[in-house]
Amino acid sequence: MTSLPPPAAVPPSLDVRGLAYAYPDGHQALFGVDLTVERGERVGLLGPNGAGKTTLVLHLNGILAGGAGTVAVAGLPVGKQHMAEIRRKVGIVFQDPDDQLFMPTVREDVAFGPAAAGLRGEELEKRVRTALDLVGMTEYLDRPPHHLSFGQRRRVAVATVLAMEPEILVLDEPSSNLDPASRRELADILRSLDVTVLMVTHDLPYALELCPRSVILSEGVIAADGRTQDLLADPDLMHAHRLELPFGFDPRAVTTGA
Amino acid sequence: MSTGHAHKLYRHGESPVHRLPPHCKIAAALCFVLVVVSTPREAVWAFGLYALLLGAVAAAARVPAGFVLRRLVIEIPFVAFALLMPFLVPGERTEWLGISLSVPGLWGAWNILAKGTLGVATSVLLASTTELRSLLLGLQRLKLPPLMVQIASFMIRYGDVITDEMRRMSIARRSRGFEARGVRHWGVLAKSAGALFIRSYERGERVHLAMVSRGYTGTMPVIDEVTASRAQWAYAAALPFSALAVCLLGWTL
Repeated sequence: MTSLPPPAAVPPSLDVRGLAYAYPDGHQALFGVDLTVERGERVGLLGPNGAGKTTLVLHLNGILAGGAGTVAVAGLPVGKQHMAEIRRKVGIVFQDPDDQLFMPTVREDVAFGPAAAGLRGEELEKRVRTALDLVGMTEYLDRPPHHLSFGQRRRVAVATVLAMEPEILVLDEPSSNLDPASRRELADILRSLDVTVLMVTHDLPYALELCPRSVILSEGVIAADGRTQDLLADPDLMHAHRLELPFGFDPRAVTTGA
Repeated sequence: MSTGHAHKLYRHGESPVHRLPPHCKIAAALCFVLVVVSTPREAVWAFGLYALLLGAVAAAARVPAGFVLRRLVIEIPFVAFALLMPFLVPGERTEWLGISLSVPGLWGAWNILAKGTLGVATSVLLASTTELRSLLLGLQRLKLPPLMVQIASFMIRYGDVITDEMRRMSIARRSRGFEARGVRHWGVLAKSAGALFIRSYERGERVHLAMVSRGYTGTMPVIDEVTASRAQWAYAAALPFSALAVCLLGWTL
């Protein structure tokens, strides 16, 4: 499994136990998911379309609930009584930045989360600046989001979540629709952040580049959990879960920093 | 408040009128229009004075007359209606260039034209000196129902996104050899509109999800506090108060 330092006194950023969920129409998406992400880890959540990745993500901040099992964020159980706190701790970056950026200007959008949590004035302004600094978008403060390039919008979307100082950053397909340069810029930003990351993707090279550890979610269960490089280098495992590497890509030939 | 992009009605400037807090301007414009509407139509000179007052505001805002006049074009449908009134309204008739016109109709037409034009000119001045976004802040500050302000601000944010989607759908249609010509093609256009509606609806759901994920509980958090000093209120009130004086004169004379 993982070769992480033994768990310290800090509770894991994310602790999912026996999570099962069926949609109201009867379609069951999750069949008992167990997943622990320690603080500071970057974990890739891999899986084919329809594996239940999005369903799992929406459980992490309590948007979906009502099935079996539990989710805890930094030791805090996800449930009605701590909902505001949970939503602040779990920062989800959705796939389409046009869904995420709904305010008239970048500044107001980044301020939305912390302002909803009650921050005002000087403190709020500082949060916004810090978050935009982290993604290198400070100069676009007063721009309307729809006038930015796609890569810039994705970076601002990350900032809107960072402004809430989350315990865990959950990224849904962060590399989708990005050109190679924007993709690399986003990777640099994500690497520079001092935050736990759960990255949902089927961009396997990107997972290998950023996440030392990955899990494969397939047909509603965690089918594999280990070093990303080991998972990608196992052709049978990959084939069994409809995961494919880009043409000519050899995960064993890549040396990862982590 | 400098945004890289402004809507078409706004005219960038640094005049004292531009600098007034938005809620003062909205309140002043609304009061002015109310005063104008409650002026008796027989006091023709009063409307001339109102026009002069608006001219003074335009001068203070450094908005050229041509700009305001061009924007007034939006009024044309109402003008057309007003022009019909002298022919259609029953009552005492008078002769003008050999045409029989109704006197109450003429007064009615004058009433609509004068009050309508002044009202539209006021709105044009408000819109050309206040950015759409600060207009919304002003409405929020004036305690308009928050849901209405939210809906308006989403319209601004997503108008471009939806127009863009519409454009892409039209390109996709034309790429497959479709050109809308005549009634027979309306069915296709209606289906496109339906698809656009469903897409927008689904986007609405996703946006809501993203908002809830960041702690939205039904009210927009206050990010920009707009405040107005007593002097700013007094400056903004100059317009409706001088109009009120004119109006009172109009009733007494």
